[in-house]
Amino acid sequence: MIELKGITKIYGTKKTATTALSGLNLSVHKGEIFGVIGHSGAGKSTLIRCINLLERPTEGEVWVGGVELTKLGKRELQQRRRKIGMIFQHFNLLSSATVYDNIAFPLTLIGTPKAAIAQKVNELLALVGLEEHRHKFPAQLSGGQKQRVGIARALASDPDVLLCDEATSALDPQTTDSILKLLLDINKRFQLTILLITHEMHVIQSICDRVAVIHEGGIVEQGPVTEVFLKPKHLVTREFIHREAAGEEGLKLAASVPHPEWSRLVKITFLGAKTYESVLSQVVRETGVNFAILQGTISTIKDTPYGQLTVSFEGEDDRVERTLSLLRERDLDVEVIE
Amino acid sequence: MRGLDLGAIDWSEMGTATLDTLQMMGYATLFTFVIGLPLGVLLFTFSRSQSLVLGWVYRLISLIVNILRSVPFIILIVALIPVTRAIMGVSTGVEGTIPPLVIGAAPFFARLVETALREVDRGVIEASQAMGASSFQIIRKVLLPESLPGLIAGMTITVVTLVSYTAMSGMVGGGGLGDLAIRYGYYRYETGVMIVSVIFMVILVQVLQMLGDRLVIFFTRR
Repeated sequence: MIELKGITKIYGTKKTATTALSGLNLSVHKGEIFGVIGHSGAGKSTLIRCINLLERPTEGEVWVGGVELTKLGKRELQQRRRKIGMIFQHFNLLSSATVYDNIAFPLTLIGTPKAAIAQKVNELLALVGLEEHRHKFPAQLSGGQKQRVGIARALASDPDVLLCDEATSALDPQTTDSILKLLLDINKRFQLTILLITHEMHVIQSICDRVAVIHEGGIVEQGPVTEVFLKPKHLVTREFIHREAAGEEGLKLAASVPHPEWSRLVKITFLGAKTYESVLSQVVRETGVNFAILQGTISTIKDTPYGQLTVSFEGEDDRVERTLSLLRERDLDVEVIE
Repeated sequence: MRGLDLGAIDWSEMGTATLDTLQMMGYATLFTFVIGLPLGVLLFTFSRSQSLVLGWVYRLISLIVNILRSVPFIILIVALIPVTRAIMGVSTGVEGTIPPLVIGAAPFFARLVETALREVDRGVIEASQAMGASSFQIIRKVLLPESLPGLIAGMTITVVTLVSYTAMSGMVGGGGLGDLAIRYGYYRYETGVMIVSVIFMVILVQVLQMLGDRLVIFFTRR
């Protein structure tokens, strides 16, 4: 659905040139929620603005829905942009227009008849739950309500793609969750492809199918969220995940606790339904080793439950080995730390 | 020092002068708005343009605007007499003052328009671009409505300036309250006429300013 090929963006003149993106490739499939995470200054804002060409890349091709946007003329680009919705961190609503008129705005641009606008806007007001606020001005709304208006406005022209530029970064945690829920609902209901950028792992974990980690203008790691989240490879990815899960610190602490020499420190990862099964206790009963849980998380990534435990096994070497192989046989991911 | 003898004032002349002032102000305001608003929008659009050519056009218009704003109005009126005569056929009276008033006030208003448009949130303009709005649509449906309070405030300042300009045009036979104040009050020592004319002008300015302020408040949605 969205295809970025060799995108490079350089700001400034030759003397003051700063490279925001360098030869970046990215591919977002139809109907998925794709998240791009990165620190501020990593280039994620530039990346998302290159997709609808609010920023024109210095080099590279941008394809959306099978059309190469970078090749289009001004008029054609304006037409294509109508099929690419966008929401913003600071909402960017017309302060002089009511909620109703803000949502109607993209439709008035293309000269939609009044009756058709009224019908569409009413549908959207119901979708985002703002029917009672239709005559209010943005200044009279809360942040979450403003973002709902932003979402309704972005959906008014029936886009194929929705771009979310730090859409929840200005909201409190509770409001963030309600907006994420709304995005997920829209994605499922309309099969709408969503590309979002964020600096919060929580956002990625809650609604994304796939994730890419951007660092210094390039993608350093990408894949399904479960994979990247549970087995992060790049240092930056680890930072993001451990800020969320407080994992690294906990592990250091666990390793520093004095434990018998013969014990084995192991990280076990559960994914899916197995998370809630009694696999571990069944296995240790069979092999007769003892274990202590030093650190652990059980949570969900989007709809998938997962668990990650740091465990120390105590017992004879061959028994511990057998425990590990039995756990692996049960499709658990087992990583021996020491 | 004589007291203010209202009986000595020629009220019919006062009435004519008031009407003249209102007429000059009305027409000048109309044309100032019609010329100044597009000029202001152009200034704003060109100032942000990436194009080298438009950048130079901006500097040129900007220079002309600054020149017209820096020449004292009284000198502008005299300098523009040939132009006024070419446009209106006469260079005195109510008709004769309108062109210099407009040429003096339109660049001033254009600058105020440019400033008001700059106040519009950049993110809103960007959002409209992302929605596929054309440049013209952005001006008409985003920039102008969003800056309406600023535009009204700018118009109010301009109209008040026009009132004081109309007074100066009395020097070249323009008529109106300012003319009356100078001819009777200043040259002929008829203090009463001068005071009443000035009071009328003060009232006019007060009413205009209040009206402008009310409108600004009414249209402010922030």
